[in-house]
Amino acid sequence: MLTVLLAIGVLVLLSLIFGAILGYANVRFHVEGDPIVEQIDALLPQTQCGQCGHPGCRPYAEAIANGEAINHCPPGGQATIQALADLLDVEAIPLDGDHGEETATKVAVIREDECIGCTKCIQACPVDAILGAAKQMHTVIADECTGCDLCVEPCPVDCIDMVEVGVTAKTWSWDKPQGIAASSLNIIVTDRQSEVAH
Amino acid sequence: MTEYLLILVSTILVNNFVLVQFLGLCPFMGVSGKLETSIGMAMATTFVLTLSSLCSYLTFTYILQPFGLEYLQTISFILVIAVVVQFTEMVVRKTSPLLYRVLGIFLPLITTNCAVLGVALQNISKQNGFVESILYGFGAAVGFSFVLILFSAMRERINVADVPVVFKGSAIGMITAGLMALAFMGFTALVQI
Repeated sequence: MLTVLLAIGVLVLLSLIFGAILGYANVRFHVEGDPIVEQIDALLPQTQCGQCGHPGCRPYAEAIANGEAINHCPPGGQATIQALADLLDVEAIPLDGDHGEETATKVAVIREDECIGCTKCIQACPVDAILGAAKQMHTVIADECTGCDLCVEPCPVDCIDMVEVGVTAKTWSWDKPQGIAASSLNIIVTDRQSEVAH
Repeated sequence: MTEYLLILVSTILVNNFVLVQFLGLCPFMGVSGKLETSIGMAMATTFVLTLSSLCSYLTFTYILQPFGLEYLQTISFILVIAVVVQFTEMVVRKTSPLLYRVLGIFLPLITTNCAVLGVALQNISKQNGFVESILYGFGAAVGFSFVLILFSAMRERINVADVPVVFKGSAIGMITAGLMALAFMGFTALVQI
């Protein structure tokens, strides 16, 4: 009996000490809510839909305060973006329609059995990515194709498709360091070109 | 000195908490989707694990042992860990908003990381002393961070690889983790401790 009481007593004592420490810390280390987050949160539509990729409006408000783009809120639309831009004193940018980074690069593909060998697409191609000769079947060198669309229009039989190429293990690379990717100051020349190659 | 070094090597590589002892698997699978978040989790865990192994050692030696209440170790260690995590979160939030932003939501999650409780309990069963306890906790945390970061880097790459549809996502993650665990078996008997 005594040991049970002792055990309970020790646990209660331990809890009391810890409770006191936490209570003291709560007062001593009290932090006022981040006022900018409150203001951003007030402008968001509070639909809690999660389309921005955050679990609700408040987390997105915090993310904006930490530097995320303001155009990830489809329910709020352009009006919300404008209001946020005014509040944060940044430029209003158009809504990021399909949230999730539209980075899909495209490549032209000739449906070869329909090709009549007219060479019109070869003349249109700015990067010489189409291979073929008159009255012979043409084809696209996928590695050279920049996905510019210019060959689609001249084709008299409409046998050229623009096909999306997703990221594969061969084309995948690490993200650029945030400091450089985020700033408009692109030091490395090749970073300034859009990443259409391969 | 050699003994301390051996503890570190043992906890980081030979008896790695995640891949050899299979503790702390839920954050290992859960937050390894992105490299950035896994680094945040790794830092937060290192911080808390070291501190909580110190605190639970003190609690056991100076409160439970004098009263002969060793059987209360599990419940009191859970209490200690929860308090350490809460306290750390408050202090970090006040003193270093930058660090708080990096560690962010990962701090409260650590309360339920079973590696933290595992380290505290193993410290007692191995009868580690004061310095050994801290080193054991620190080594365990470094080992956890090490495999977590390695694993998340692999998963980022696997996400874009041409994996058969049925294996996509968590399934291939599990297989990868299993292969990593196999690889870590190679460290067995590197040091005996």
